[in-house]
Amino acid sequence: MAEHFPILVVIIPIMASFIILLLWRTKHRYEWHITTAATFLSFLISLSLLNTVFLSGPIRYWLGGWEPPWGIEYVVDSFSGYVLVVVTLVSFVTSVFAAKSVKKEAGEGRTVSFFALYSLLAGGLYGIIVTGDLFNLYVFLEISSLAGYALVGVGKKKRAIVASYNYLILGTIGATLYLIGVGQLYIMTGTLNMADLSQKLPAIFESKVIIAAFALFIVGLSIKMALFPFHAWLPDAHGLAPSVISPILSACVIEVAAYAMMRVMFTVYTPAFVFKVVPAKEVFLLGGGVAMLVGSYLTLAQTDIKRMLAYSSVGQMGYIILGLSFANHTGLVGSIVHIFSHAILKASLFLVAGSLIYKTGITEISRLKGMGKKMPLSMATFTIGALGMIGIPLTTGFISEWKLALGALEAGKWFIVPVILLSALLNAVYFGRVIEIVWFKTDEEEGHGHKEIGKHEKTSIDEAPLSLVLPPFILVSLSIIFGIGAFIPVTLAEKAASMLLGMP
Amino acid sequence: MIDYVVSKSNYWIYVVLMMIGFYAMISKKNLIRKLIGLNIFQTAVILFFISTGVKKGATIPIAFHEKGEIIRAIEALQYTNPLPHVLMLTAIVVMISTTGVALSIVIKIYDAYKTIEEDEIPDKEE
Repeated sequence: MAEHFPILVVIIPIMASFIILLLWRTKHRYEWHITTAATFLSFLISLSLLNTVFLSGPIRYWLGGWEPPWGIEYVVDSFSGYVLVVVTLVSFVTSVFAAKSVKKEAGEGRTVSFFALYSLLAGGLYGIIVTGDLFNLYVFLEISSLAGYALVGVGKKKRAIVASYNYLILGTIGATLYLIGVGQLYIMTGTLNMADLSQKLPAIFESKVIIAAFALFIVGLSIKMALFPFHAWLPDAHGLAPSVISPILSACVIEVAAYAMMRVMFTVYTPAFVFKVVPAKEVFLLGGGVAMLVGSYLTLAQTDIKRMLAYSSVGQMGYIILGLSFANHTGLVGSIVHIFSHAILKASLFLVAGSLIYKTGITEISRLKGMGKKMPLSMATFTIGALGMIGIPLTTGFISEWKLALGALEAGKWFIVPVILLSALLNAVYFGRVIEIVWFKTDEEEGHGHKEIGKHEKTSIDEAPLSLVLPPFILVSLSIIFGIGAFIPVTLAEKAASMLLGMP
Repeated sequence: MIDYVVSKSNYWIYVVLMMIGFYAMISKKNLIRKLIGLNIFQTAVILFFISTGVKKGATIPIAFHEKGEIIRAIEALQYTNPLPHVLMLTAIVVMISTTGVALSIVIKIYDAYKTIEEDEIPDKEE
């Protein structure tokens, strides 16, 4: 049983999706229960996988018993095991949150199809992480993206469907560019297996086809992860998606695209190619730095809370890419810890925004006055999450930014440290504004004399149901636990980074 | 020059087709036309993969059997590599599903806005 874990982690959510659809017409449809159970099982399996990987090295699973260069291989190593735990955790916690929220946002009649798509999205994401085959990665990329396009369209606002269309067009272009890259590598080497490719590629590094394929991979996956010049689809899609889907899109889908990019860079093309043959360092330094600043700057202008969080993701993706540009171990550790940190913090922030929408329907930041007294626990969660995003010590956000800054100094790129600080400052400004409105401004302060007396009773506590408050709370608690016990994510990330860079 | 272009004609055709699709996606305002552009874009890539597997006078990669025993295995030089074709079967499925999802999204857009012209859809939520 245990040897089949790498495939089970993918199969369980995908099967759950079909079972949900099969039960559609019957009397007992347990769509939410099945989804939550499936994602929970996947989470447990991924924990066990990470444990095995940490104790006894990478797991290689041959699909159908076919030997690797011919058959498809699933690989769980210290990097994929780590990302798998993060993504399964976030998708499980979000599906717990989904119980109440989906009924209200998608409507009673659409819950079955919603959860079927949700399980499919989760299964596709897990597949991208565990696969060791380039074409298989494309298929899973499209499975998760197609489910994602449809789920964005479920959003309550009318414009969500337009956002979904734009996301589909750009996402498909990205995936198709990736596919051309796969084709070019296949023409040159005759293999699709990542480990096999990394053996065969060094001999033909200087070939123009191989370099062009690298560019296609990077551009294609940059569109999928919404790196700065390709971010146009993200704010609409992430901002207008249903409350349950925004955290998954922002915390899992773009992170997994970043994971795929790192996989292609370090496992398929080796660090020797990325840092010596092509000017990837310079491109990533520029791309990451600009994404951080422009993303954070664009966030300042947003008035809608979900749109603000979505724009903030553009800046946060910049951090992850920046860490790759230093070409050293510390910077890469920063990137990998940031995947974890951004995933849990952004998911918790989006979930709080979701419970806010569930309870009050408010999305404009300016109308959140006095919300701290009304929904204290949710807003406290939001505040901690926001502090984590800024990078305050004792949260995971601090560790990743600290590691990134150390990596920059190690690489001799001291001028990037002020950029990281400036970006953190911009983060502090836009999150600070929300925190100020939520906690320190009340309705009475406005001083309009003509207020009705009944409206003054707004300050009484009116918290969202526990099933909506608890999931984001668990995620921010984890951020603090691992912010204090920093050695756990850092040790795991160090192991993953050593493996990616091919260091002993 | 001509020889160079002709000898690599499959790649030239695929790139030209892809750019036609790309142009349609960028310049057309009608959502269905954009979608057709996307289809041309994806089909071009399928053509690229298929054309890499073509070999003149090649046979199928099946070993010759007689009375349940393999009498002659086929040489790698003699057969057409089926893998690019098999990959494209999957890619075609992906393409069809993408088109299906996109068409249903266009229907939803039409329901919401009563138009499929991009510039007639308001930029902001009214």
